[in-house]
Amino acid sequence: MKYLFLLYDNEDAWDTIEEAKRNEIYGAYTAYTEALRKADAYLGAAPLPHSRGGKRVRESGVQDGPFADGKEQLGGYYMIEAENLDDALDWAARCPCAAIGHVEVRPVWNIGG
Amino acid sequence: MAGNPQGKARAAAEDAARASYGRLVAWLASRSGDVAAAEDALADAFRAALEHWPQRGVPDNPEAWLLTAARRKLIDGARKRRTRSDAEPALMMAAEEAEAAARAAPGFPDERLKLLFMCAHPAIDEAVRTPLMLQTVLGLDAARIASAFLASPAAMSGRLVRAKRKIKSAGVPFDPPDKTDLPDRLGPVLAAIYAAYGTGWEAVGGAEAEIEDLTREAIYLAELAVSLIPDQAEVWGLMALMLHAEARKKARRAGGAYVPLERQDTGLWDRRMIARAERALAAAWRLGAVGPYQLEAAIQSAHAASRLHNRDTSADIAMMYDGLVAIAPSAGAYVGYAAALTAAGRHENAVEALEMIGDKAAERYQPYWAVRARIMKNLGRGTDADAALTRAIGLSRDPAVRAFLNAEKNR
Repeated sequence: MKYLFLLYDNEDAWDTIEEAKRNEIYGAYTAYTEALRKADAYLGAAPLPHSRGGKRVRESGVQDGPFADGKEQLGGYYMIEAENLDDALDWAARCPCAAIGHVEVRPVWNIGG
Repeated sequence: MAGNPQGKARAAAEDAARASYGRLVAWLASRSGDVAAAEDALADAFRAALEHWPQRGVPDNPEAWLLTAARRKLIDGARKRRTRSDAEPALMMAAEEAEAAARAAPGFPDERLKLLFMCAHPAIDEAVRTPLMLQTVLGLDAARIASAFLASPAAMSGRLVRAKRKIKSAGVPFDPPDKTDLPDRLGPVLAAIYAAYGTGWEAVGGAEAEIEDLTREAIYLAELAVSLIPDQAEVWGLMALMLHAEARKKARRAGGAYVPLERQDTGLWDRRMIARAERALAAAWRLGAVGPYQLEAAIQSAHAASRLHNRDTSADIAMMYDGLVAIAPSAGAYVGYAAALTAAGRHENAVEALEMIGDKAAERYQPYWAVRARIMKNLGRGTDADAALTRAIGLSRDPAVRAFLNAEKNR
């Protein structure tokens, strides 16, 4: 089963974070990604820059970021392969984001194989 | 938690409510064969007890108090509900019988041993045994159990409901095993209690104080098991092991940062609890049947002694682990063995011990990589040590542990 982890955290905090702390968190993400790879669970991942660079498109038009619809904003994702939901939750709990913000775990529909 | 007198009184009242609740669930369920119905019948009364007793004091006859409240709810419920459960008449009768027993004798019969064995019955899925025990014996709610075991509340409720349905339909026996079966059947009971402890232990210092409290609940269950089956050495061994670990609780974090055993401030250790642990271990030895929990407790005892009396116990610890992996090989035991061997200067043996854990099992097992990093460092293999540390960091759940390992890497 494929699962998508949506990583939400307080994106403004990244603007003012100390460099040592930032490096520690980057290191933790790198290590987490490595652990997923070594366990053959890794399918893909990417961090997202601040939502001020994002746009929302609707029929009514285009809205500029940042989006003030919550304290925590989408800041990245992982796509993983897991045996079942319990397995996916186990990986999600190890994601550094679980301690900083929250990780939303969503099963992914397989369409067309 | 229960530092002040008021907090202590509250904790005592809660313990009394849980004890009475567990005794009543055991009594009712063993007569009706229906755990879920027994829990339902008592749920409101138990909630009322948790609310009232800490304020107004524990009633003289706690079981009678709960039963009276429960019976009122049962009668109300039967009136309101259109569909009534099949177990209701049987339950009402059992409740009446129990009420008579509660009023007649000073001590209500304690059949919670039946519940412990039922929850850890081989027919029950291993993963649900501890949650089931926490719910039926201690009355913990499914949401709290779910957060401790990293499951969604809905999924955990579903698992518990299915387990109870199985008990009812498959007729999982309520009688504790006889003397010959006891040692075999005891293993899963102790494993379930220890799993509750481990879950709470991992949460120490985290945001979830309620999960942390699971260590207390696990010790309560061990105390219960000791009082019900005092002639089994491993029950005492388990209690000694958990008390040793619990005694160091305050020292495991300093300002939120992780502190490994060898750097803990022993002034923060609970010396009275260590003494209790030693007494439990002595009681176990006297019964003359060595088992894995006793060995693990003895190892913790040696760790405590090495810090408190400044004695090098690393060779003793390695020897005890040698015995432990011989009788109860597990990933945890091999990791402990490897850590002990490298501490005793036997780094090559440590690597061998670690390799007893298969690659597949090691893939997700954080302690394996943390210990591997230490061995590699002791062998002077810096690159391998760093790679192992990275794996350990990537597999950590606890941000304090992650920060600690990160600092190790940058040293």
